[in-house]
Order: sequence, then structure tokens, then C-alpha cells
Amino acid sequence: MKTIDLVVIGGGPAGMGAAIAAYDAGVRDILVLERDHRLGGILEQCIHNGFGLHRFKEELTGPEYAWRFEKELRERKIAFRLDTMVLDLSEDKVITAMNAEEGIFRIQAKAVILAMGCRERPRGALNTPGTRPAGIYTAGTAQRYINIMGYMPGKKAVILGSGDIGLIMARRMTWEGAKVEMVLELMPYSGGLTRNIVQCLKDNDIPLLLSHTIVEIHGKERVSGVTIAQVDENRKPMMETARFVECDTVLLSVGLLPENELTRKAGVPMDVRTSGALVDQRRMTEIPGIFACGNVLHVHDLVDYVSEEAEIAGRGAAEYILQGSEPDPNPVTVRPGNGVRYTLPQRIDRAEDTTIFFRVTDVHPAVRIRVKAGEETVLMRKRPRVAPGEMETVRILGSKLQGYMGQTLTVELEEEAEHGT
Amino acid sequence: MLYDVAIIGAGVVGGLIARELSRYRLKIVMVERSHDVAMGTTKANSAIVHAGYDAECGSLKAKLNVEGSRMMESLCRKLGVKYLRNGSLVVAYRPQDMERIGKLYERGKKNGVEGLEILDTEKLHQMEPSLSQEAVGALFAPSGAIVCPYELNIAAVGNAMDNGAELLLDWEVTKITEDGDGYTLWSGENHLSARYVINASGVYADHVAAMVGDSSFTIRPRKGQYMLLDHDCVGSVTHTLFNVPNELGKGILVTPTVDQNLLLGPTAEDQEDREDVSTTPEGLEKVQENARKVIPSVNLRGVITAFAGLRAVGSTGDFIIESPRQGFWNVAGIESPGLSSAPAIAVYVTELLAGQGLLLEEKEDFMEERVAVHRFNELSMEEKNRVIRENPLYGHVICRCESITEGEIVEAIRQNPGARDLDGVKRRTRAGMGRCQGGFCGPLVTEILSRELGIPLEKVTKFGGGSYLNVGKTREEHIHEND
Repeated sequence: MKTIDLVVIGGGPAGMGAAIAAYDAGVRDILVLERDHRLGGILEQCIHNGFGLHRFKEELTGPEYAWRFEKELRERKIAFRLDTMVLDLSEDKVITAMNAEEGIFRIQAKAVILAMGCRERPRGALNTPGTRPAGIYTAGTAQRYINIMGYMPGKKAVILGSGDIGLIMARRMTWEGAKVEMVLELMPYSGGLTRNIVQCLKDNDIPLLLSHTIVEIHGKERVSGVTIAQVDENRKPMMETARFVECDTVLLSVGLLPENELTRKAGVPMDVRTSGALVDQRRMTEIPGIFACGNVLHVHDLVDYVSEEAEIAGRGAAEYILQGSEPDPNPVTVRPGNGVRYTLPQRIDRAEDTTIFFRVTDVHPAVRIRVKAGEETVLMRKRPRVAPGEMETVRILGSKLQGYMGQTLTVELEEEAEHGT
Repeated sequence: MLYDVAIIGAGVVGGLIARELSRYRLKIVMVERSHDVAMGTTKANSAIVHAGYDAECGSLKAKLNVEGSRMMESLCRKLGVKYLRNGSLVVAYRPQDMERIGKLYERGKKNGVEGLEILDTEKLHQMEPSLSQEAVGALFAPSGAIVCPYELNIAAVGNAMDNGAELLLDWEVTKITEDGDGYTLWSGENHLSARYVINASGVYADHVAAMVGDSSFTIRPRKGQYMLLDHDCVGSVTHTLFNVPNELGKGILVTPTVDQNLLLGPTAEDQEDREDVSTTPEGLEKVQENARKVIPSVNLRGVITAFAGLRAVGSTGDFIIESPRQGFWNVAGIESPGLSSAPAIAVYVTELLAGQGLLLEEKEDFMEERVAVHRFNELSMEEKNRVIRENPLYGHVICRCESITEGEIVEAIRQNPGARDLDGVKRRTRAGMGRCQGGFCGPLVTEILSRELGIPLEKVTKFGGGSYLNVGKTREEHIHEND
């Protein structure tokens, strides 16, 4: 069996970023495995701009953003295989992969970085009653149809879910001459970025109906319409508000799920909140030498954050390969408190400068973010507004962490203004 | 064109009859109104091979169920169809229901079901540890089994075609005329003639019978709604779990499938409409409620898809296998245990045709086994590498969730009966059957279909007819005209 120092599973922004960072930290024997016929992952079909504002201070399209990384990968002559599917990953870091040229092959890796990304929740997960005609797509599938294949999925669409891909596709469909009747959102707030609500919906006069859902899909062969209804505070449809909307296409943008099949096969312990692996500040999972970054670890809002996380994972893997790893027996545990859905990393095993990424459970104007150890406040930051669709961060210096090794830090929200304003 | 036998309906019943008849020197045609085979009741049912304790003693259902169930395993082996004898349990939740269990036991013995056993509480929970603590006992039928009905259907039709039978799709019978030596079937302007006609047209069997003036029975569709859960939801469930039928109803089952999903359902809703296979909030809630009652730990967040099918319930209460006229045979009302009985129905019908004068001359070159389908996932690493060397398309994974390769998809399009649409590929290969439901592989399979069938991408459909997948290239005139 072939041995390789570092195998990166996935050649999207996370995988490429991690491989580059590991190279720059001194690892030379790297192999990136990508299942598609090109690098770049989902960015290849995201031809709208807005990528890289944080990282490059420029507005790039998805493929442009990906190309910056691919170029760096190629300049470093980091090896990659395309059209290669990883079928299995074992706890002791043996990778089984397959492609048309080499057949099935196994690799023993010293370290592995998981960067498989995420997938969209399909209709089945929603239990939407009705018929099962053609014309129901996830927003990402429709995006592939239009941007990669050059075909229109339909002429008149209703979009369920106001996640970013749904919003982007509302605009894309409109620009391509289709009519987007409306975007429906089950929650009383959108799950997408504010800038996408403005640029994609408002600028194109597409109504966003909050607290609404599809209660039935109609059509025998092709979608002929949907019945929509408003939902109450328990998200149950109020049937007296039900009405029929004619359309030939339903696009679903109802959440993303990290693709952790390989992670589970390797027996990596998972976090039920993120649906990704439990990791330390270097993005090492609880199996030494297996790292994870990007949307396979937790779903990001901006690719810029994916790249930041990928660098952390790449450097972490390099350190593991070159110096070995002695985890601190007294790590800090990080957990979400009031108003916070999840925190990442879940464990900090060294007192070094660490950014904690987290997502909130609700929209709040003007809040304080408090990091606590027991009743003691470790850190407090103000935010003018937080929303579940946007990732939040707090940075804790290593010097500060020093005093809390072995303890649990809780990240929580505190309303600044009175309620009901 | 004059055929010896024309079979109306290429579901699992029609397909297995065609396959049985293709042993003999006969000119056989199957006509099917849909774009593919297995598009009616066969597509959406419980996928169970019943042991045979349920049907009334002396009925055709009882006889053919027990016989069919005995034939199923070897038939599946010959046709390369997955079959698992997982055993079934009819579970009682109240002490008074044990009496009914006893009655089922007696009836099953009379029907000739082998190995039946009544289980006490302790033994039952040993066998099925995740079953509700409220379960008090059960009837265990070790010969109960599971099979994939459309896989069996496709393989049967394919094997019949490999043995010379013909298949006409998108061919809906609209009229039947009698001529001297048989019948002429019409589909609009198209027509064909046959000396013997078998009416295996499912929920439309009474309509087809009426075309030759037979109104001796009616069919009433009964809707059944189902939910399918992901692989990791099967847990420790191994048996097919029925509820004991009582005054509260026949109950809804929970069963693993041969593809290691968990299937919940069906509801039983009589309706007039012969097309309506929509799911309803009430139906899906009922299915989930039952599942929670049977397996309290069931993970209903793992639902992949929900669907409904129609059983063809006949007005006589039994299978209707009769000839109202010389040469015309109804094989109708094939509701549960129809799938279990189908292999025996095929043999039975063949004998009946012979009794009416059809000459059965065995072919020497009859291929009893279907040309093997590559089940790539089931091969060893060495075998996989050999297959990839012979055809590199097998090294290219198209469906990530179920690990289905391009080689398997191309084979499904080329092998009898070839897939012609997205759902056809899905039923033959499982591409798109996994947790992402074709989100990633759908567009790729569409491209492969377009390439292999030599049709433009916009002509590829989900399941034929008007089930188009896209409306043509972007920025084309007709799209803007629609504004």
C-alpha cells in the first residue's frame, strides 16, 4: 500500500486552501482527491460575484475565487487526482479511492484533512405532501442546470426557503427570463445574508413571504402549482390562509447538510449541533491525525471563512505530521449558551490565540456576546445585529486562555435593549 | 402483426406471465401505457413476500400466495434480483389480540405455511429488541421475505425480452375488436392482433375487460402512503413488523427493505380516482404515528422520501383470474398478496391458456437466467478492478450517496428493458435513490441519457410524457416571449 504524508479529501475551496497551507508549513508529500472533473467544488457553479470581499478586498465570482487557489496549488506542484471518489476511510487513516484510470487503490496517510463540503436538504426531508412530478429541484441543482449545463429548469418558479442559494437563484432565474413568483420562508426571518435579500429579491421585485410554507405540490407529470399557507408561531400551517400559486418549478433552499459519510465510516465523534466532527482549535477531530475544515465541518455563510478555517486545518495537519502531537490533558471545552446554536471549535487544547466561530438561534438587534467560565465573564463584545444566517466570531488571546485550561467556556447572547422594541 | 399472446400491462404480473410464456415457441408482446415498465401498483407497494397465513382458506389468494412465496427465492436467483428471507412478525399489543394471533396461526397452517410459531413476550423482544415494550406476543412466519418489486418486474420483462418477447411502451389500449381467430388491440391508430389476450392492467383492468363486453367485476383503487428512511435508520430492525389486524384496522407495517432502508406504511384509503397517487398530511402523519408506536426509537428525521401507490382491489374479494371469452383472460384484482403470488400466477395462467388450446412447445434455447447486471458495490476489490479495466466507466462514480457508477447507468440504458428516463435509471441502478435524492447526480444522469439515447437534453424526462426536466437552453427566444 502506498503511503502519503497528507491526503486531502475534496478539492473545493476548503481542500485547496488546506493543502496550500500545509505545503507552506513544510509538508511536501500531499495528495488532493477530488470527485468532480475539475477543482473548485461548488464555487464552479457560483458565477455571481461577492466572493472574497473579506479575504481579498475584492468582489470575485466563485470560479475566480477558486482559480486563485487552484493557481497557488499548481504553482506549488501539489498533486491532485480528479474524477476520483473516496469510498472509504478507516480509523487508522487508510483511504480507499477509485477512478477510471487507476481502478480502486488504497493509501496509508499520516494525516487526513476532510473537506467534502455539504449537500442540500431534499424534498423528502420536508415531508411536503402532494404529487411527485418533474420540476422540483434543490436550488443548487437548478444552479448547475443554468450555469454549468446552460439549460433552464423552468419558466415560472416558487422558491421555498430563503437560504443564500435560494436567493441567488431567484435572481438568476429572473435574469434568464423566468418569472419567480415568490420566495417563501418558514421562519419569521430569512436564513440568508442581508445583502442577498436586497440585491437578489428587492432589486428584482421578488416578494419574500416570511412565516410561509408550501403545504401541497400539484401536477401529474410536471409541477402545475403549489398550495402555500402562512404558519403560526409553532410553524404549523394555518389552512385558512392557504392559496394556490401556479408555477412549473419549485426550488428548494431549505438547508445544507455536511456530507460526513466518510467521517462516520472512520468513527470520528460528531457534534449533533453542527452535524460535523468535534474538533480542537487546529481543526483536529478526536481521532489524532484526522482533520476537518469547510462546510463538511459546519455550514459557512462566506467562503472567506472557509479559507480561513482551511488554513488553520492545513497548518494543524502540518504540525501533526512534522512534529507529532501531544494533546494537552487539560483542554478548554467550548459550548453554546443562551441564544447560541453551536460553537466551533468545541475544544481548545493549547493556550494560543483562537477564534471561536458560532451561530445564533434568532435575529437580535443590539446584543452583547458574553464568553463565560462558570459565572465569571471572560470576554464581552457588542454587536449591532446578529442573525442565524450570518456566522459570528469572537477572538480570545492565548494569554487570556492560559487561566482557563481545564475549564468550560460558554458563549452566550445578552439582549442590550429592552425586549419588544 | 399477429401474436400468439398479447399481455396488456407490463407490471410485475404481466412481466412474469410474459417471462413464463417465453419458455415456449410463442410470439409474445407486452403493451404498456407508460414510458417504462413497473409504473403502476408495482412501483409503490410494501415489497413483501407474504408467508400466506392471511388469505381465506380455499381462496385463490391463499393457494397462489403460498405457492408464489415458495417459488420466489429461486426465481429471484435466476433473475439476479435481491431477495431476503427476513421472516415476518404479526405483533399483538393487547392480551386480547393474542386470540387473533392464534386464529392466524391456525389459518396459516391450513393454507400450508411452513414453520409458523407463536412467540411469547420474552422471545419476541429477544428477536426484535427495538420493538415497543408494549408488544405482548407475535406470530412468527420464518418464510416471510422481502424483495424489490420493480427490480423483479424489470428483470422479468428483461428476461422475457431476451427470450424473444416484445415490449411496446407508451402504448395504451383504447379499443379491442374481435376477429375470427382472436383479438385486435388498438392504441389510437396503432393496432396489433393476438390469438390470446391477457388483461393484466392493474387498476384499469375493469375498463379493459369492458372493451370486450365483460362487466363481471369492478376495480376500486385503494391508496397506500409510504415513507422511506435512510440506511442509518434501520438500526436493529430485521423482521417485517405487522400489527395484528383487529377492530382498529389492519395496521401499518414497518420493514427493512432489501436495499437496507426502512419502509413505513401503507395507509389504506379507498378512492375513485385511478391516477391520484399524491401524499397527504393526514396520511403521512398516520404512517409516522404507527412507526413511533411499533419502534419508539425510530428516527423520523431520516425520511428520504414519501410516496403513494394504488392497490387494485377487485369487487369479488379474491384474485380474478377468469376467461369471459375464448382467448381473453382477466388477471385482475391482484392486490395484496399480489407480489408474493405473482410467480405462481404466471404458471397458473400459462396452464389455463394451455387448457384453452394454446400450444406450449418448449424452446431448447430458453435462457432461464437473466444476463447478470453488474452490482458494482457488491464486488470484491479485485473484481471491481477487473471490471474497471474492461470498462473504465465503472471507475466513475455518478451517484455519490449510493456509489453508483457510470458503467452501471449505461448498462441500465442498454440492457432489456432499457431505461429511457431519469426514474427508469433510478429504479434500475439506485442512482438518485439515496439521501440527496438525485440533487447531485440528476443532471449527470440526464446528460448520460441524452448521450446514450441520442436525444437532446431537453427531451430527457423524469418518467415520460410531459415530465420534462428543463425547458431548453438559457437565453432562448421562447423564454423571453413568456414574460
